[in-house]
Amino acid sequence: MAIWNFLHKMASPPHFYGLAAKIIPWFAVTGIALFVYGAIGGLFYAPPDYQQGDAFRIIYVHVPAAYLSMLAYVVMAIAAGIGLIWRIKLSHAVAASAAPLGAWFTFLALVTGSIWGRPMWGTWWEWGDPRLTSELIMLFLYFGYMALRAAIDDTAKADKASAILAMVGAVNIPIIHFSVEWWSSLHQGATLVRADGPAIETTMLYPLLAMIFGFSFLFGALLLQRVRAEVLFRERRSRWVHDLVMPAGDTQ
Amino acid sequence: MTDALAMGGYGVYVWSCFGLTLIVIIICTVQAWRRHRTIFNNARTQIRAMKSD
Repeated sequence: MAIWNFLHKMASPPHFYGLAAKIIPWFAVTGIALFVYGAIGGLFYAPPDYQQGDAFRIIYVHVPAAYLSMLAYVVMAIAAGIGLIWRIKLSHAVAASAAPLGAWFTFLALVTGSIWGRPMWGTWWEWGDPRLTSELIMLFLYFGYMALRAAIDDTAKADKASAILAMVGAVNIPIIHFSVEWWSSLHQGATLVRADGPAIETTMLYPLLAMIFGFSFLFGALLLQRVRAEVLFRERRSRWVHDLVMPAGDTQ
Repeated sequence: MTDALAMGGYGVYVWSCFGLTLIVIIICTVQAWRRHRTIFNNARTQIRAMKSD
């Protein structure tokens, strides 16, 4: 029962609103520190790749962006599902907040991939390539999710309809991950998540891991702040928001 | 120093990717905090409007 009381308290909007404000600075500082270490290590200390030369350094922003684009979708789909099944309002706020961030990271993964493809493959874009196409479909899933929410005025109805879209679209996540194995693709195979362990030297690997974790902490901070805004909006008629936004003694 | 920046001819690709990443993170940060401030201020305006009715 203690765990239920704890979870119930965590999901209460005013408690979450205050707690998130305390967590955000720690996430932001950790994320920035890892990002700076990873960027310096990746740009200047990692040796050039034996095949790709210095062009491979794009991996330090491309892979974390692609990873976060998928993580944001998983967060969105799971939060939407929890909101739908257990009717936890905070859950829907998390799902709605993850979408625009996911769309930005997907955009970043697509553009950095395109810029990497130009010198390595000789083309900015290859129509029909499974990895590129499935990642582009995810960008449209994010846009569709946000457009659907924006089109429905009633928040509860928007939550339900968009949750179903998010969960159905989740089928695209394994397709993105395995696309380079299932079909022939210009895109190279996995570097880190392999059955035989990461295929990369440690001076190359550590900055990459730092970038992935750094991006994750920054995403965490951004998501928490977005959820705070979303919670404030959803609870705008409640007593606690009233007390929060009105300065003490304001009788106006 | 110039060699480190040129990256064997790939400098323009590498630096534009890192630059774009920084821009996207800054945009996401500004959007998140601006949205919070707007909703906070709107809530206050609405409550004041209700009370003055």
